[in-house]
Amino acid sequence: MDHTPFIAGAYGIGVIVFLWAAFAPLVKKKSITRDIRRLIQVEERSVDSNP
Amino acid sequence: MTEKNKIEQKPRKNPLVLFIHKLGSPAYFYRFSGKFIPWFWAIFLVLTAIAMYQAFFVVPADYQQGQSFRILYLHVPAAWMSLLAYSVMAVFAFIALVWRIRIVEILAMCSAPVGAAFTVVTLAAGSLWGRPTWGTYWVWDARLTSELVLLFLYLGVIGLYNSIDEPRKAARAACLLALVGAVNLPIIHYSVKWWNTLHQGSSISLMGGSSIDSSMLWPLLIMSVAVKFFYGANLLTRARVKLLEQDMRKAWVKDIVREGK
Amino acid sequence: MNVQQANGSMSGAFFALVRRDLLLAFRRRTELLFPVIFLLVVVSLFPLGIGPSPQLLGRIAPGVIWIAALLATVISLDALFRSDYEDGTLEQFVISGHPLTLIALAKILTHWLVAGLPIVLMSPLLAVWMNLPSGTLGVMVATLIIGTPILSLIGSIGVGLTISLKRGGQLLSLLVFPLYVPILIIATAAVMASADALPYTQFLGLLAAGLITSLTLAPFAAAAALKISLS
Repeated sequence: MDHTPFIAGAYGIGVIVFLWAAFAPLVKKKSITRDIRRLIQVEERSVDSNP
Repeated sequence: MTEKNKIEQKPRKNPLVLFIHKLGSPAYFYRFSGKFIPWFWAIFLVLTAIAMYQAFFVVPADYQQGQSFRILYLHVPAAWMSLLAYSVMAVFAFIALVWRIRIVEILAMCSAPVGAAFTVVTLAAGSLWGRPTWGTYWVWDARLTSELVLLFLYLGVIGLYNSIDEPRKAARAACLLALVGAVNLPIIHYSVKWWNTLHQGSSISLMGGSSIDSSMLWPLLIMSVAVKFFYGANLLTRARVKLLEQDMRKAWVKDIVREGK
Repeated sequence: MNVQQANGSMSGAFFALVRRDLLLAFRRRTELLFPVIFLLVVVSLFPLGIGPSPQLLGRIAPGVIWIAALLATVISLDALFRSDYEDGTLEQFVISGHPLTLIALAKILTHWLVAGLPIVLMSPLLAVWMNLPSGTLGVMVATLIIGTPILSLIGSIGVGLTISLKRGGQLLSLLVFPLYVPILIIATAAVMASADALPYTQFLGLLAAGLITSLTLAPFAAAAALKISLS
């Protein structure tokens, strides 16, 4: 039996899971930073309009 | 000059203790840990490259198991890391529950998904290793079964943490669960081991009867060190993101975002 | 925002409700995985309790997988109406003028998508764990595809009856399990017949008939049950 598909499958799944684990928080960070920037903008706008 | 300084000298705090206290502040922790993350990733990648090169091009094929044994270099480090991650999570959980330190709560909770990922890789790699070696994708042997139970423990902690709205309460509940699981883990492991011998079934371990040649050992050891750096980098990344998320409206976060970090 | 559609048509209301429920379910994405994890945990308890002998596991595999499916469905059924009942949305549905049957059907569809479909998708993994005889996986999946909607449909009647009770969830299992017995028997008979290389299509036919019957009748019964509970 050719073992290559199994080795490829195992390492493939490993790579996918590790990539997901590594990048999932980064994706979240991007969306959070976007929200924070929006918060900052809102804040600055209200500071500007209140002298 | 000869006059004694009337201002009382405060007793000098042990620098280590001071440092640990500083780490408890989200802003300091965020900036400090951020310095380590790229280094951890770099070390992880370098070590993995070395280990994988050795695993595939240096180590000769095992006469018993053929080429598929090379999966060992993924399966075993992942398995060790899944257990280590749970232990670290349990330690964090204990500290978090006793001393109520928020950063430690977050570190404990962020440990869980990383540990679960390692467990999934262990199970998948083990299953795919089993197919060419023993003929089946799944075998209820002691190691795989306890690894599966470990996955359920992780999923329980993650599930509990995500289902309570208030973050600190959620963290405390999940930390308690993690501790209960930690205490249970050796009991589960040994009972599963005993169950396995009891039912005879498949008492063959995936490592087979062949003794490990020392040349086979190096990639394994290097890989097991490498995954620790993956764990560290990922844990710190997740903890920082969680801090940003929880402290979204605080000044330190706004400063960081303005700086563009 | 949910059931009121621009033209108030029946299909508009139906799809709006399905969309709304799916959106709500996806907001708590982790909770979507609970039935799946429950399924995995329950199935893995069987080898731990009985022993890992592949032959033994293979013999009981169809029953174990189906029983796990029943348990997972019942656990997630209570959520079908509960949150809407608790904040009064359900009453709004009742007086909205849209047929309650349609609303019940929409909720049943969402329930199946969120709880039944994952069971179908997880079944190959469960089949591997339980050492299900290799040729029978197709039949197993077929019984699950036809059978799990029936579970959602009949279950909704039970939920409708118990929704107003405090300990409704526990009583619910008591109510629906007897109703599930025929489905369990026929589905496992199909898989076991296929494992013994006997004809099995008549069982699938019976299941399909059950699906059509419950599809036409259960929403009415569920609606009636809801009206009683809310009265």
